[in-house]
Amino acid sequence: MSGILAVLEQREGKLHAMSPEALAAAQQIGAELSLPVYVVVLGNDIQPLAGTLAGYRLTKVHAVEHELLAEYTPDGYTAALKQLIDLHKPSYVLFPHTYQVRDFAPGLAAAHSRVLVSDVIAHRVENGALTLVRQLFQGKMNADVRFEGTAPYFASIQAGAFRAENAHKSESPAAVEVTVPHLTPQQIRTKPLERFRESQRAVDLGAADRIVSVGRGIREAENIALVEQLAQALGAELAASRPICDNGWLPMERQVGSSGQTVAPKLYVAVGISGAIQHLVGMKGSKTIVAINKDPEAPIFEVADYGIVGDLFQIVPAIIEALKK
Amino acid sequence: MKIVVAIKQVPARDSLLKVDPSGTWIDDADLSWEINEPDAYALEAALQLREAAGGEVIVLCAGPDRATQTIREALAKGADRAIHIETEETAADPLALARTMASALASEKPDAVLTGLQSDDLGYGQTGVILAEVMGYPHATLVMSVETTANGIRVKRELEDGWFQNVEMPLPALLTIQSGAAKLRYATLMGIKKAKSKEIKKIDAQPAVASSLKLERIYLPQKSKRSQIFEGTPQEAAAQLVDKLRFEARVI
Repeated sequence: MSGILAVLEQREGKLHAMSPEALAAAQQIGAELSLPVYVVVLGNDIQPLAGTLAGYRLTKVHAVEHELLAEYTPDGYTAALKQLIDLHKPSYVLFPHTYQVRDFAPGLAAAHSRVLVSDVIAHRVENGALTLVRQLFQGKMNADVRFEGTAPYFASIQAGAFRAENAHKSESPAAVEVTVPHLTPQQIRTKPLERFRESQRAVDLGAADRIVSVGRGIREAENIALVEQLAQALGAELAASRPICDNGWLPMERQVGSSGQTVAPKLYVAVGISGAIQHLVGMKGSKTIVAINKDPEAPIFEVADYGIVGDLFQIVPAIIEALKK
Repeated sequence: MKIVVAIKQVPARDSLLKVDPSGTWIDDADLSWEINEPDAYALEAALQLREAAGGEVIVLCAGPDRATQTIREALAKGADRAIHIETEETAADPLALARTMASALASEKPDAVLTGLQSDDLGYGQTGVILAEVMGYPHATLVMSVETTANGIRVKRELEDGWFQNVEMPLPALLTIQSGAAKLRYATLMGIKKAKSKEIKKIDAQPAVASSLKLERIYLPQKSKRSQIFEGTPQEAAAQLVDKLRFEARVI
């Protein structure tokens, strides 16, 4: 194949929201490296979806069909994709960096004696060579990473690194190739049961115009009251980063980030939140972002429009006072 | 049940990081170190599993000499013994690391291997899944809780967007544990005392093999937006901020 294969995630015949971003990444990198672009979807009865994907500018759409792929399992996906990759030998295999991909793609790459370059936020091509950028130390550092050795090369793309609307469509539909992998029930060692939610969400942060969000910097549960006062003074909903909800200081339904809600209010005030990528992906679409943090190098300042560096226990009361004037 | 928990020592969370002269890693001379937070939750899950099912908890840690401190802390919290893979390699390729770990565990034949879902330094989020592949174990990631069943275990996995899923699997198995899934225990005075006499088996890391990726350079991220930072006393900074929110951004 000697091209780029984008592995797109689907469930019940619907693409994951990050799948078109991975498709756009494959098209863009493919254009820069002059490589043909292929996509694959796995499942049972997914030919209608494969037909829809054929409307994109692609060399081919692979539909990998098997009744043992009806429900996602890491064993089923790894075995089926390994067969496809061994047969067609793509140079690059790209994934959206979803929870599901994190569950199987590292093992799939290891089965090829390769390492997945996970969570890629940017790329560049110089003299025909691809450099990928990923974050280290919870977003405090960036790293340039290059592939070594022989193909296939595996990488997963962080949410928002490529834009779904940049995925090019085509007038003439791409070919769809259906393959049935060799899978036996004995290969699938884990048994997934039903999916469930713990509780109905009472708070719809997605509908809020203004959000004040609190993170680790608050230190104690009792101190949350201070941030709550700021939220009241701004007419904002109160939200939090993951550690706050993990500690039970605020309910899970108020969590913003990749494991919580994605929000894009007019105003987002991050108090004592350093801005790990898992949090940033949930709020970076906000119109105006304010960051209050003691660390001037905290990644939250990369996305902030306005910032104050210092002790939140002095700054937050001062803002509440200033709002009264 | 023989339970292995793989942990890593990383720079403390509030460390101010600087790039070292090589440009490929951080200057780690003056840093303080602690257990990788997701691994602290894996250790907690391992100790709880032992309390429910019996057996022993073995800490597995790759790192330089300073990692001994983190290993002792895990032993003080209640792990029974430890295996320390001695290596100076700080930015290890996760596949090479998983192969070294698998060979260190070959004679142990654990029933369950637990680890955190990712490291706070390199953040590949892969070592556990790769280790499962190398050891030939089934696995589950982002595990919130574990219970034993007649034929193995049932785990609760976190999915995206507030969804969860129970998954059943046979033993032996590898699990990566989601952070925040349980309350972390503290080491007791008795635990700290006992830890001093617990076994730490030291083994050498295998020689590095050709990696499939190269960390070329690390650097502070360039700001994608130009933040306006307000200075002065808290009152002055707050007044400027409120002014901007009212009259420039017009969001209040």
